[in-house]
Amino acid sequence: MAAREVASKRREILEMRTVEVVGRTKEEALDLALKELKVERDKVKVEVLEEVSSKSLLGLININRVRLRVKVKDREEYAQRAVRFLREILVNMGIYAEVETFKRPDHLVLNINGSDLGKLIGRRGQTLNSLQYLVNLVVNKDSEEKEKIIIDVGGYRQRREESLRKLANRAASRVSLRKKKEILSPMTPYERRIIHLALQNNEDVQTYSEGKDPYRRVVISPKNGGTVEDKEE
Amino acid sequence: MKGSGSLQELVELLVKSLVDRTEDVSVEKMENSGSILFEVSVHPDELGKVIGRQGRVIKAIRTLVRSCAPAGKKVLVELVEE
Repeated sequence: MAAREVASKRREILEMRTVEVVGRTKEEALDLALKELKVERDKVKVEVLEEVSSKSLLGLININRVRLRVKVKDREEYAQRAVRFLREILVNMGIYAEVETFKRPDHLVLNINGSDLGKLIGRRGQTLNSLQYLVNLVVNKDSEEKEKIIIDVGGYRQRREESLRKLANRAASRVSLRKKKEILSPMTPYERRIIHLALQNNEDVQTYSEGKDPYRRVVISPKNGGTVEDKEE
Repeated sequence: MKGSGSLQELVELLVKSLVDRTEDVSVEKMENSGSILFEVSVHPDELGKVIGRQGRVIKAIRTLVRSCAPAGKKVLVELVEE
């Protein structure tokens, strides 16, 4: 076990996944480490190994030396933990299905594949959203690494996204022709975001949300504020 | 596909994963012809973790558990304070 740990530590250093750096301030040391590892701030775990401070003549505290260990986050381990918890839930729900993992730049997707998984999605994705909420909560609890976890069933979310985009574009066409705003049905924050993004570059309409979750709705209104009434004036 | 999942174990797994004092978690099952009731108790300090802001966590637990309800049965999950 010890030998294996040493070997894996060595491999980490060889692959430049971990560096130890010294700077006059934490920021300075961290900058150095990020340059060396060639990664962004949110991709690393930082551990302070040593902080040496000394007092100046005025009695202010100056920290002169900070030694850090900076480690690139282990997404594989995180993903495995998430999959393990999801599988445990599925087994207790009496569902035997495959879970595939996709590591996207800013989130993790766990896609469940199997037959007869409609009950796992629920009405308008309600059950799936509850499952996703609980998995995020538990996996990110007490975890140094926190990621957004998206749970999908047989590509349901992807299909839903596409149909939301189509719905957004059809509604936008109607709004720009009739010069009258339209209020869509209540949606989750994620679904509303898809609508906003789909129409953000639309020249004829603008979008915003109103109401309170879970009844918050997207409003699509004509740009230049023109309603039929306004135009007649 | 249906398997041999147990609703009680599902409730226990979810609640125990959310709290720190897992030894204080208990889930009691009561059942009659029309419904199943799970009475969940946790350490008083950790009630909030199971309820969540505006009851979001307990609502999610209920939604998930209900999706597995046996046909024609109502499933209730209630938190009880000791």
